[in-house]
Amino acid sequence: MSLAEKALTGKLPFRMGTINWFKYSSPQTFFPLAGKMIPLFAVAALLLCGAGLYIGFFVAPTDATQGESYRIIFIHVPAAWMSMFIYLVMAFWAGLGLVLNTRLSSMMATALAPTGAMFTFLALWTGSLWGKPTWGTWWVWDARLTSELILLFLYLGFMALQAAIDDPRRADKAGAVLAMVGAVNIPIIYFSVKWWNTLHQGASVSLTSSPSMAKTMLLGMLIMALGFWMYSIAVVLSRVRCVILERERHTEWVGQYLGAKR
Amino acid sequence: MIRILGCVLRRDLVLAYRRRSDVLTTLFFFVIVVSLFPLGVGPEPNLLRVMAPGILWVAALLASMLSLGRMFSMDYLDGTLEQMLLSAEPLGMIVLGKIVAHWLVSGLPLVLIAPVLGLQFDLPQGQLAVLVLSLLIGTPILSLIGSIGAALTLGLRGGGVLVSLLVLPLYIPVLIFGAGSVGAEAAGLGAESHVMLLGAGLVLAAVLAPWATAAGLRISME
Repeated sequence: MSLAEKALTGKLPFRMGTINWFKYSSPQTFFPLAGKMIPLFAVAALLLCGAGLYIGFFVAPTDATQGESYRIIFIHVPAAWMSMFIYLVMAFWAGLGLVLNTRLSSMMATALAPTGAMFTFLALWTGSLWGKPTWGTWWVWDARLTSELILLFLYLGFMALQAAIDDPRRADKAGAVLAMVGAVNIPIIYFSVKWWNTLHQGASVSLTSSPSMAKTMLLGMLIMALGFWMYSIAVVLSRVRCVILERERHTEWVGQYLGAKR
Repeated sequence: MIRILGCVLRRDLVLAYRRRSDVLTTLFFFVIVVSLFPLGVGPEPNLLRVMAPGILWVAALLASMLSLGRMFSMDYLDGTLEQMLLSAEPLGMIVLGKIVAHWLVSGLPLVLIAPVLGLQFDLPQGQLAVLVLSLLIGTPILSLIGSIGAALTLGLRGGGVLVSLLVLPLYIPVLIFGAGSVGAEAAGLGAESHVMLLGAGLVLAAVLAPWATAAGLRISME
C-alpha cells in the first residue's frame, strides 16, 4: 500500500466528522457509485437540453438586428463556457493527482480531456456558422476565436502526450505537468492575443457591447449551460468507468465484475 | 549552486563544439525557411517589408523547436541524465545550465544572423534594431518553455512531432510580442511596451520553467 493510500484510508488527517471524504477516491468504490450517478445526470441533461432548446427555438423572441440566426448562441455560448471551464477542472484534477498521488484524480483528468476538446470544437464550429450570416465571413482573426483555437491545440497536445506514453502512471504525471503549464499560460495567451488583435485591426466586432439581452434569451442560455454541465458529468463518469476497467483489469474485483457481467 | 551551473554550461558547450554540424544545421534551417517566404508570396518589396518580422519570428520559433530534441536525448541515451538526477546538486540548476547552453548554441546564432536576413527584406534600420533586441530577449524564452516539452517527451516514440504539438501553442505569446514589437516600431507607436512584456515573460519563464522541466525529467526517468 502506497503512502498516499495509507493517508487516505487511515484516520489522520483527512477524516472529518463521521464521513470519510476519501472513501470514494479509490477506483474500486467509485466505480459502482459512478454507475449509479450516470443515469441521473443523463436524464437531467436530456431534460435541461430539451427545455433549453425549446425556449431557444420557440419561446425566445427574434433578435432585432440579427434575425433568426442569433439562435445558435443557445448552443455556442454554453459550449464556449464549458470548453474553458473543463480545462481548468482538468488541470485541477491532474494537479491533485500529481500532488496527492491519487490514481482516480488523474483518471478524471484523462476522461475530461476529450469532452473539453469536443466542446471547444463545437464552439468554434457554431461560431463560424453564426459568423457567416452575421459578419459575412466564416472566420475572422478575432481575439476570442483565436484564443479558442489555441485552447483546442492545448487539449489536443494533452491528449496526444497521454496517448504517446504507454505507462499509465507516467502518462498521468506528464499530462499533469503539461495541463498545469497550460493553465498558467491561458491568461497570458488570452491577453496577448487580445492586444495583438487591437494593434493590428482595431475592434471590428465587439461581443461585449451588445445591447442587453431579453430575459427569455438569457434564461434559455443558462438552462442550456446547465444541461451541458449535466451532459459533461454523465459522459465523463462513463468514460472514467472505462478508464478504471482498463487500468485495473489485473485486479480481482474487475475480474469478478466482468465475470458477473458475462 | 552557481558552480554546478557553470560546470553544466561548460560541458554542454564543449559537447556542442565537438559536434559543430548540429549547430550549423539549425542556423541553415532558419536561413532556408526565411528564404522560402519570398519565393512563396512573390518578390513585392512593400509586402515583404510588412511580413518580415512575422516571417523571421516564425522561422526562429521553428528552428528553436527543431533543436529541442538535442537538449536531453544524448544524455538520456548514455545515462548521464540519470547521474544528474541522482546528484546532490539541485536539479533545477543543472537544467538551467542546459537551457542556457541550448540558447547559446541554437538561439544566439539566430539573433546574430537576423540583421542580415532583415536587410534582405529591406527593413529600415530602426526596425532592424528592434528585431534584434526582441529576438535577443525572446529566444531564451523559447529555450525555457521548450525544455518543458523536451523533458516530457523524453524517450517517447514520435517525440519530435509530439514536442511541436505541445510547445508551439505555448510559444504564441512570445511570437505575438516579438513580431509585434517590430510592427509597433513600424507603426510609429514605439516598441517599448512590447519589449518590456517580453522581458517580463523572460523573467517569469526563467523562474518557472527550470522547475517544471526538472519535474518533467523526474517523471520521464522514474
